[in-house]
Amino acid sequence: MNTRGLAPGAITLVVGAVGLWTILGPLGHVQGLMKVPAVGLALAMMYRGYRLAGRATWGPNWDAMFWLSIVWLVCLVAGAAFAGALPLTEHVDITKTLSEPGNLRPDLLSRHPLGTNKFSLDLLARCLHGARVSLTTATVAVTFALVVGGLIGVTAGYVRGWFDRAIGVVTDSMLAFPALIFLVALAAVLGPPESVPEAVVKSGLALGVVGLPVMIRLARANTLVIARSEFVTASRVLGATRSRIMRTDLVPNVALPLMSYSFVLVAVLVIAEGSLAFLGLGLRQPNPSWGNMIAEGGLRTLTDDPHIALVPGSFMFLTVLSLNLVGERAMARWNPRESNL
Amino acid sequence: MLLTKAALLIPVLLIVSLGTFMLVELVPGDPAAQVLGPNSTREDYDRIRIEMNLDQPLPSRYFDWLSDIVWHQDLGENLVPPVEPVSTRLWRAFPVNIELAVLALGMSLLVAIPVGVLSAHKPGSTLDRAVTASMFGMISVPSFLGGILLILVFASQWRLFPVGQWARLRDEGLATNLHHAFLPALTLAITETAVFARMVRNDMITTLQEDYILSAKAKGLPTRHILLREALRPSSFSLVTLAGVSLGRLIGGTVVVEALFALPGLGRVIVDGALTSDYKVVQGGVLFIAVSYVVLNLVVDLLYHVLDPRVADR
Repeated sequence: MNTRGLAPGAITLVVGAVGLWTILGPLGHVQGLMKVPAVGLALAMMYRGYRLAGRATWGPNWDAMFWLSIVWLVCLVAGAAFAGALPLTEHVDITKTLSEPGNLRPDLLSRHPLGTNKFSLDLLARCLHGARVSLTTATVAVTFALVVGGLIGVTAGYVRGWFDRAIGVVTDSMLAFPALIFLVALAAVLGPPESVPEAVVKSGLALGVVGLPVMIRLARANTLVIARSEFVTASRVLGATRSRIMRTDLVPNVALPLMSYSFVLVAVLVIAEGSLAFLGLGLRQPNPSWGNMIAEGGLRTLTDDPHIALVPGSFMFLTVLSLNLVGERAMARWNPRESNL
Repeated sequence: MLLTKAALLIPVLLIVSLGTFMLVELVPGDPAAQVLGPNSTREDYDRIRIEMNLDQPLPSRYFDWLSDIVWHQDLGENLVPPVEPVSTRLWRAFPVNIELAVLALGMSLLVAIPVGVLSAHKPGSTLDRAVTASMFGMISVPSFLGGILLILVFASQWRLFPVGQWARLRDEGLATNLHHAFLPALTLAITETAVFARMVRNDMITTLQEDYILSAKAKGLPTRHILLREALRPSSFSLVTLAGVSLGRLIGGTVVVEALFALPGLGRVIVDGALTSDYKVVQGGVLFIAVSYVVLNLVVDLLYHVLDPRVADR
């Protein structure tokens, strides 16, 4: 293995990190237009160093972005899961922060590394607690869509006939409703959720229904391909029943591409959930969710304190980007056909 | 073939309408009581129940509702004042969506086609890698985030464009209208551009490996001619399909952008209805958008047949 490049890579990474820390830490209070390109330069340096070091260690085909995405997702999930145990400041109870100044800018060295909102609630803590809501909701929804949609799709693709045609018409009809419009209508009917678990269940089910037709189509399309393959014919020749073929031949083979697509679907649903909260139809303040944090304060706040919207916005962007990337790589590996939905 | 396609739409439209109708039936509690509020008399209650047809059984209510829509284009009146026919309100909002969708589609095609062609010309080059990476990033930007960034830069920093108003084409002329519509349309165009550019790039890379491209090269035709005249043409079919899908998505998917820029479009009507529990408006709006999506898809199918007669034979 060729480990040349590990040292330069590590040095570039460290220099970039120190540069970033200097710009945001000790120089954090300095305002100026030069800050944005400087931060960009430091980040680019860090990425270059990280990729150099990684390729030196794991070979030239090592996928730097993929592992970066995995690291981000793992950190986020861990942060969200242990948000209660981390030494974070108050995220929801505004009576506890009455004496503190609000609208603090992000300052990595202070008690509030990512700043605070109007009510002096810590944005880092709110983003992590918001991640709980967003990620749990999307995961509940995707699991529902995956299991139900997968089973319906496999059955339709294998049994064919009138069942397949009926399912086709139903999925076509479901796809005629734009996702967000459907969610808004459902939110109007179900009423605003009062608590966090209620929001997760309500939005989770609604989002699951949104993901359902896509999953059905994907499962059906994959089943059609697999059902024609030789090992399925072999099973049938050996006398396997239809339900046995579905259980042992089709479902395990369809599951992999479906799960790969699940990452992308989680990304789509995180955005949908955020949009719903952004419109004021999801979880309400002061309980944090990424969408309602971005909407906080409206256009006025956006001009005066852009960080209040941009901090949760960055969390959402990075998460969606990572999920898309991981999903794309997984689909390229496990999808037998181009998933033209 | 075409007739079968159109005939297949009927069950889809029926299910769509049934779904929309049933959505309102899910309202917890008594809709009549919800309309009246807590301080109402028994007579009011009975009157409103008959007015809203709530004394009828469910199937007959559905057919009444459906036949009103089909024969009179009547979606009922909204519940929260100012009371007017829901269809009036929807038709008033619809032009905003059409304009935004068409503008966004135009903008994204204008950027995506050249970018995709250049990217496909030399796959794996620095330009191609930069384009692929930035398109991937653009797909991951939620529209409200993209819109916020655009507002921050173009509206609050540089004050180039107004935010929070809408100028009707008929009242204030084309220039003012476009000035107001530019930022929202650009916000919508971000994702669409990325989708189109990726499609054009991948399509073109496949086409450029065909034999007839090789023979065009051997004939010594200029690169520009090969790229634009020979290689782009087969991609136009997928472009039309995708543009149709995207137009449908844009008409229903402007909810967030309308809220962000305070535009009087369909999404706004529906969200306002949702926030005030005015489910007549929600119901009408959802049906309106779903039906226009289905019809649009049919039009795209038709266009496809015109563009490529081979499709009809299949």
